[in-house]
Amino acid sequence: MHLKYESQLREPLVMGEKDFHQVTEDIVRPIEAKPSKLWYIGFFIAVALLLFGIYSIYRDVTYGIGQWNLNKTIGWGWDITNFVWWVGIGHAGTLISAILLLFRQGWRTGVNRAAEAMTIFAVMCAGQFPIWHMGRVWMAFFVLPYPNTRGPLWVNFNSPLLWDVFAISTYFTVSLLFWYSGLIPDLATVRDRAFTSLRKKLYGIASFGWTGSTKHWQRHESLSLVLAGLSTPLVLSVHTIVSFDFATSVVPGWHTTIFPPYFVAGAIFSGFAMVQSLMVITRKVFGMEDYITLGHIEAMNKIIVLTGSIVGIAYLTELFMGWYSQNKYEGYTFWYSRANLFSPYGWSYWGMMACNVLSPQIFWFRKMRRNIFVTFFMSIIVNIGMWFERFVIIVTSLYRDYLPSSWSVYYSPTIWEIGFYLGTFGLFFTCFFLFAKYFPVIAVAEIKYVLKTTGEGFKNKMSKIEDQKLDEFIHDNAHAH
Amino acid sequence: MAKKKFVVGCFDDEAVLFPAVKKVRAAGYKIHDVYTPFAVHGLDHAMGLRETSLHTAGFIYGITGTSTALGGISWILVKDWPLNFGGKPNFSLPAWIPVTFELTVLFAAVGMVLTFCYLCQLAPFVRKHHFHPRATDDLFVMAIECTDKTNVDDLQAFLSSNGAIETNVQVAETGWWLGTYDMEEKNLEHSNTVVA
Repeated sequence: MHLKYESQLREPLVMGEKDFHQVTEDIVRPIEAKPSKLWYIGFFIAVALLLFGIYSIYRDVTYGIGQWNLNKTIGWGWDITNFVWWVGIGHAGTLISAILLLFRQGWRTGVNRAAEAMTIFAVMCAGQFPIWHMGRVWMAFFVLPYPNTRGPLWVNFNSPLLWDVFAISTYFTVSLLFWYSGLIPDLATVRDRAFTSLRKKLYGIASFGWTGSTKHWQRHESLSLVLAGLSTPLVLSVHTIVSFDFATSVVPGWHTTIFPPYFVAGAIFSGFAMVQSLMVITRKVFGMEDYITLGHIEAMNKIIVLTGSIVGIAYLTELFMGWYSQNKYEGYTFWYSRANLFSPYGWSYWGMMACNVLSPQIFWFRKMRRNIFVTFFMSIIVNIGMWFERFVIIVTSLYRDYLPSSWSVYYSPTIWEIGFYLGTFGLFFTCFFLFAKYFPVIAVAEIKYVLKTTGEGFKNKMSKIEDQKLDEFIHDNAHAH
Repeated sequence: MAKKKFVVGCFDDEAVLFPAVKKVRAAGYKIHDVYTPFAVHGLDHAMGLRETSLHTAGFIYGITGTSTALGGISWILVKDWPLNFGGKPNFSLPAWIPVTFELTVLFAAVGMVLTFCYLCQLAPFVRKHHFHPRATDDLFVMAIECTDKTNVDDLQAFLSSNGAIETNVQVAETGWWLGTYDMEEKNLEHSNTVVA
């Protein structure tokens, strides 16, 4: 007899009296029903944004990136800001699915599938920015090392920008494989209850002929565990390498050894905020309140207040080092270009401080952590703050160059820079709407696996055991072995 | 592949399934497979399956990635086309760590997933026999291979007495074939279904 037991002190992760079939019903039903009006409205807004983005990119390719307002001093503006922002958001999914798997955090099962999907879409959006920033995008394959007739001339393996190529593409590939290999058994579940032959055919193709064989499950478990083990250092390495794009340069404000941990914490921070925004809506629209519970939301808010505070410490450390190093240029960047509210970009620094460091402190209060409205509002605030952070790092380090003749405060984005950014929102939400319509947004098999230990109905039955006297318990259970 | 005859028992609780697996094995029957809607931990041991070596394969793929990266970059930057980057040494190992790490992870992950799909014979357009459509929903489906000596009725009764809620006999293809799931179930032959 396997005695599965989890303390009553822990909140149930699946609410209500449910059996395995009920879990399948609850999670697969939204895929089988016709989408609601709300879904169509959201989807068409997303597609409209995407089309605007495509037109902006079309103009970028036709007229060159001269249609952006970058100048000789501020050579990186919205484009790279948005790149780092999206990559950062793309960190939560793998963190939830990999690191929390290794740390045996049961609550990850409710949110991992949607968070992984979100990761993949966010990385797709991030990838657009460096690619279209190249200008001559038809030469994009030059970033790959391949034997060529130009020498052969190879790429520079000592350059952080090349490391980025490897990091982002590896991260995208591994996240995609991790996500899809986890999805195969759930797609098989959808296939086996399909009611039209087209559904049977398409989900049959997508589920690779999965049967649920014990040997296959054994290999599947081994695969997930090793992929989690590989993704854990991978997710840390990706934003570390993104931070190297800045940290290995000699620009004051970028040339900072604190960048890798600071960027990784910021990435997790913004990624979880994005997961919160999406989960709050998804659970409401699809009626998943039993699976994405207040407990899940509270757990994620705890991570938000932790990582937000780590980011806050990093900001303060930078300010301290700006003074302590007694380096004039460092001090100028940190204490004038950024921290001085009345300097040309001071507003962005203090906007960042307010959004990222001060406002998440509200989550020290349990009531606030479990409040859906506060959670949703804060998740938006955090992502605005994290966008400001990247803008601050990139623009305020550049706009006052060493020579005052190269100073520039006249950077503001053109409509096509904004359009490109809006376009990636369109891409992200188009993908997410399609995912939510055609794929199970919650990992069905994983929920079933934890159901008997953390489901409310099963926990209530277990509470009798908790009340039992120890010698009675031994008497009842010891003979079973 | 040849078709075989199976006696199939369906269980709705893994706590009932475990003792049943033990008894069926002790009675000398050969369990072809147990199909479950989720990974039931310990079932592989109960069935006497050996541990998977997939992680060892992953390690080998990872090392291949490491050596590809280190070998490739050193050959490129030291031998094939040495470039002078600010007077730094051509063999600049610390700067190559990020790419080496990424390729290690990439090779290990891609290799493992492909190996997993190969071992489990998973691919788009692959069609297999399914003993019960609810095996991916809420049933634990045990398929026992019949030999010439197997008494089918006895075995079905034996499964029912051990908690199977439904038993039947199926003649099924054990391998895979190309096809999609909307096509007719040609390889499925049900007979004398007993619902307990």
